[in-house]
Amino acid sequence: MTTSNAAATDQSAAELENKTAARAKPARRKASIGSRKRFIGLGLYIFFLMVPLYWMLNMSLQPNSEILGTFSLWPQTLTFDNYIQIFTDPAWYTGYLNSIKYVALNTIISLTVALPAAYAFSRYSFMGDKHLFFWLLTNRMAPPAVFLLPFFQLYQTVGLFDTPLAVALAHTLFNVPLAVWILEGFMSGVPREIDETAYIDGYTWPRFFVRIFLPLIKAGVGVTAFFCFMFSWVELLLARTLTATEAKPIAATMTRTVSAAGIDWGLLAAAGMLTLVPGALVIWFVRKNIAKGFALGRV
Amino acid sequence: MQKPVYQRAWFMVLPVVLIVSFSAIIPLMTVVNYAFQDIFGPDSRYFVGTEWFTQILGDPDLREALGRQLLFSSAVLAIEIPLGVGVALCMPRKGFWVSACLVLLALPLLVPWNVVGTMWQIFARPDIGLAGVALNSIGFDYNYTGDTLDAWMTVLVMDVWHWTSLSVLLCYAGLQAIPDAFYQAARIDGASRWAIFRFIELPKLQGVLMIAVLLRFMDSFKIYAEPFVLTGGGPGDSTTFLSQKLATMAVGQFDLGPAAAFSLIYFLIILLFSYVFYTVINNLGKGVS
Repeated sequence: MTTSNAAATDQSAAELENKTAARAKPARRKASIGSRKRFIGLGLYIFFLMVPLYWMLNMSLQPNSEILGTFSLWPQTLTFDNYIQIFTDPAWYTGYLNSIKYVALNTIISLTVALPAAYAFSRYSFMGDKHLFFWLLTNRMAPPAVFLLPFFQLYQTVGLFDTPLAVALAHTLFNVPLAVWILEGFMSGVPREIDETAYIDGYTWPRFFVRIFLPLIKAGVGVTAFFCFMFSWVELLLARTLTATEAKPIAATMTRTVSAAGIDWGLLAAAGMLTLVPGALVIWFVRKNIAKGFALGRV
Repeated sequence: MQKPVYQRAWFMVLPVVLIVSFSAIIPLMTVVNYAFQDIFGPDSRYFVGTEWFTQILGDPDLREALGRQLLFSSAVLAIEIPLGVGVALCMPRKGFWVSACLVLLALPLLVPWNVVGTMWQIFARPDIGLAGVALNSIGFDYNYTGDTLDAWMTVLVMDVWHWTSLSVLLCYAGLQAIPDAFYQAARIDGASRWAIFRFIELPKLQGVLMIAVLLRFMDSFKIYAEPFVLTGGGPGDSTTFLSQKLATMAVGQFDLGPAAAFSLIYFLIILLFSYVFYTVINNLGKGVS
């Protein structure tokens, strides 16, 4: 918007002094038409992204009789019953709590182990470092379905089955490699002279790492935490397989809406809308670095 | 600058090695164990050699699923990469709207995968969904639960909705990294918009595009939750992809041996692509400043 406004004022300014700037005018007009086309393209794409989201919001605010009875683009009888039911029924809200528990646990574990490892990869070369890095990558790329059965048996054997810790540990399979990758990318952007100066000044490694190095890669740590959070939050297959009743994640709770009477669409939509909230809350903080995170710290 | 050799760096890497071993190597060894034996109980197990592998590789169902998977992944790439470049070129370059667009674009990436399926189910159903009702009212006989083509289109559009933003974000970051001087030089030469794209922007995007292609290929190759929720793999088997086949076999029917053999083959395919990915990324670091 600001750009097109600026282009418009540019244009009127050009018209005022069209004798002196006669040659610049056609070029500017062409640019402004071009940028309008660009905004239409972008607008259409964002519209395409938003419509299904809007439709789910719309459904979540309607009673089931209306969803199945009348077709309307907005709620005719606005109701918050679906949300109220989720917040008052423990079977529902514990699903969210369980999900948040294992996601938080996973983010903490992944960051704790990945920080020193990423430092080692970015600063030193050691025996087998390249092979190790490749091995980590294969785990990020492995289909979770491959690990389904062994995980199920492993966690049952060690007595972790149906606990948030089981899911958190299972999700380290893809989150730890991811965290190492992203952090390594960010750390390599910090010049090595900083480390050397700190050592000369008498800093020990742990003190240097916490007091000097971590503040320098704050953005990277934030983005990594965001990605660990996100990939653990969106995963369904492992989370569902490794839990039964006690630690059931929201993804599995959502299948409850399917009953003999058919699917409770309003409730399902409301539950879906609520799963968007945590992501939507944190995304603003990492908006600038999100692309760098997806490129594994390499843009 | 060359990194100094320092063998004790292994101690820093050790926690990662331990935790990933626990969640990767032990399970993988179990899979290998199952893949070569027929297990009836704790005390009766027989070594069967490559029997399960022969069975899996000869299974026409699985071959079809592999074919579908490859078709799906190619279609995903053919749509999402060019679309991502196009949308990234439309992005504003600075100001408040950049942040707003980035947040809106990233929103689909944060939706839990099963909720993506749910959302499109609600959106595409011919009785209550906006898209379903709209398509039917303008004359298309659209029903994704009954018609194979409709089901495919729905799954594909859903994936485009879900993941195109990834390639948009990557391309946008790549475009931001092009110095203004390049565009100024192009303007002096009187280059057309197409020439600027072809000879300045595209070469500079090569790195991020490679990452986008490989990430999208591998993630679409292991897609599970979205089609599982949306179509349940149907109608018939028409949208059943590899992960779903494997999940059914492993925890649905408890066919341990064949499922394990299948897992290993699946894993090897992914390993092959990971190797290509790794080599490419490594060479990128050397080639591009």
